Amino acid sequence: MNSNKEVRILAIESSCDETAAAVVVNGRDVRSNIIASQIDLHTLYGGVVPEIASRKHIEKINQVILEALKEADMTLDDIDAIGVTYGPGLVGALLVGVAEAKAISYARNIPLIGVHHIEGHISANYIENKELEPPFLCLIVSGGHTHLVKVVDYGKYEILGRTMDDAAGEAFDKVARAIGLGYPGGPKIEKVSHEGNPKAIDFPRARVADGAYNFSFSGMKSAVLNYLNGCQMKGIEIVQADVAASFQQAVIDVLIGNIERALEETGMEKFAIAGGVASNGTLRNAVQEACEKRGVKFYRPSPILCTDNAAMIGAAAYYDYMAGVRSGLDLNAVPNLKLGER
Amino acid sequence: MKILAIDSSGLVASVAVISDDNLLGEFTMNYKKTHSQTLLPMLDDMAKMIDLDLSTLDAIAVAGGPGSFTGLRIGSATAKGLALALDKPLISVPTVDALAYNLCGHRDLVCPLMDARRNQTYTGLYCFVGNQFQIIKEQCAVDIGAILAEINTIGRSVVFLGDGVPVFKDYIKENIKVDYTFAPAHMNKQRAGAVAALASEYYAEGKLQDAKDHKPEYLRLSQAERERLEKENGPD
Repeated sequence: MNSNKEVRILAIESSCDETAAAVVVNGRDVRSNIIASQIDLHTLYGGVVPEIASRKHIEKINQVILEALKEADMTLDDIDAIGVTYGPGLVGALLVGVAEAKAISYARNIPLIGVHHIEGHISANYIENKELEPPFLCLIVSGGHTHLVKVVDYGKYEILGRTMDDAAGEAFDKVARAIGLGYPGGPKIEKVSHEGNPKAIDFPRARVADGAYNFSFSGMKSAVLNYLNGCQMKGIEIVQADVAASFQQAVIDVLIGNIERALEETGMEKFAIAGGVASNGTLRNAVQEACEKRGVKFYRPSPILCTDNAAMIGAAAYYDYMAGVRSGLDLNAVPNLKLGER
Repeated sequence: MKILAIDSSGLVASVAVISDDNLLGEFTMNYKKTHSQTLLPMLDDMAKMIDLDLSTLDAIAVAGGPGSFTGLRIGSATAKGLALALDKPLISVPTVDALAYNLCGHRDLVCPLMDARRNQTYTGLYCFVGNQFQIIKEQCAVDIGAILAEINTIGRSVVFLGDGVPVFKDYIKENIKVDYTFAPAHMNKQRAGAVAALASEYYAEGKLQDAKDHKPEYLRLSQAERERLEKENGPD
């Protein structure tokens, strides 16, 4: 173990279709961030196939870890703790990272910290914005998650709202498939949307009327499918870019609606976004505008830190490490782990 | 020469350490807890009992498949993590071979049967000439009927073992035409001691892997790949 005050964390992430490892110093200083993406493999199937993802993880994991150490110019001797995503995610995929992390931790007697994947996404903002500290509000939007969270303190979260059905990114994937754009839907819809009219089709903006800040995207996705069917039956030509742009706008309007209400009602002065969909430029601009209108400071990670990566896991692990959190050799993968649970 | 072996390919979770001709320790559990929760705590317990200094190991061995896909990956990831952290080579031992090796010295044909679902079994055929291990049919995934037909053709008496035995017992009784027995409880499932013993032969033969190159041998495609190929090529 190194004798200076730096806390060096080796982080491992394998919850979905990226095999990733990183070395992060003191939670915010990323020394390496290696990601082996499997996206081309899953494109063949129109989405992530859990068994294929798990098989790829076990093939790649050592190489990714070794690269992360090498790029950080460190060996395991320099590492103070190992952080690993243990949920939520695909159980078979998570298990690869968890078993690998536990074995390394055990063999070298390095403390182990199980990290919540969403906590990682939120913490990506600490890397990008060195001055950001809780409390703040954070919207996490990805293919698997849509959460509006109040970050009360490091490691302390209050979930204000979540999706009641599909995640926002999931809705993007399904609509992209329906209009023939293929997988992954988010980036493809964003791209063609630039050529489309966001006001061309008035898709419904679903409100979950429960007083909280919950979301629902499955109805909006169905509205798109109904619209496409209707066009086909009536022989109306479908303008792909208009459908994409109008759908994207509808999703953004719903997200912004809840964000504005949450900012209003909590009086928070800082707002951050995270997750794969947070790299959507139109969404980023819309959130920025909503924040500026209220004099709220807006934080966003760069796209590489929005996607699944291990640097964000290292950032989250650091604050857990400082709080004395340690995981045992019996750490298991928890596919539906709730935020704030241990 | 000291080898740590891991087998989590089936219902059993097992870890063992052998030093030359001595089995220093073995911890084998066949209980409902997940391998993910039991494997490393078992290794830790065993290592403490035998004062194992991990840095003195020469290699890490793992039952490299076939078996439960998830079980195999828990074993492989554990072995790969240990090998990476300790900078040791990895030895991947075919699961069915190691199962058969439990019955080293047996005079009959040895036929391990692992339940592979869909009426299939991960199996193989082995015999021992003295203690010399001979592979008659390499491990494979086949219908239970196919392997029994092969045994009937060979016409030698056979001993069955493995977690497939209870699954296929009735079918075997109806279809086998040679004398047969079932191995007793202490040697009819995966044991890391057998993986370690075979691994020490692999070690002597130089059959080592760099841990980063290791992946399990599933003997089967994923369902998604299988269905995609069937769609492309039509049913066979």
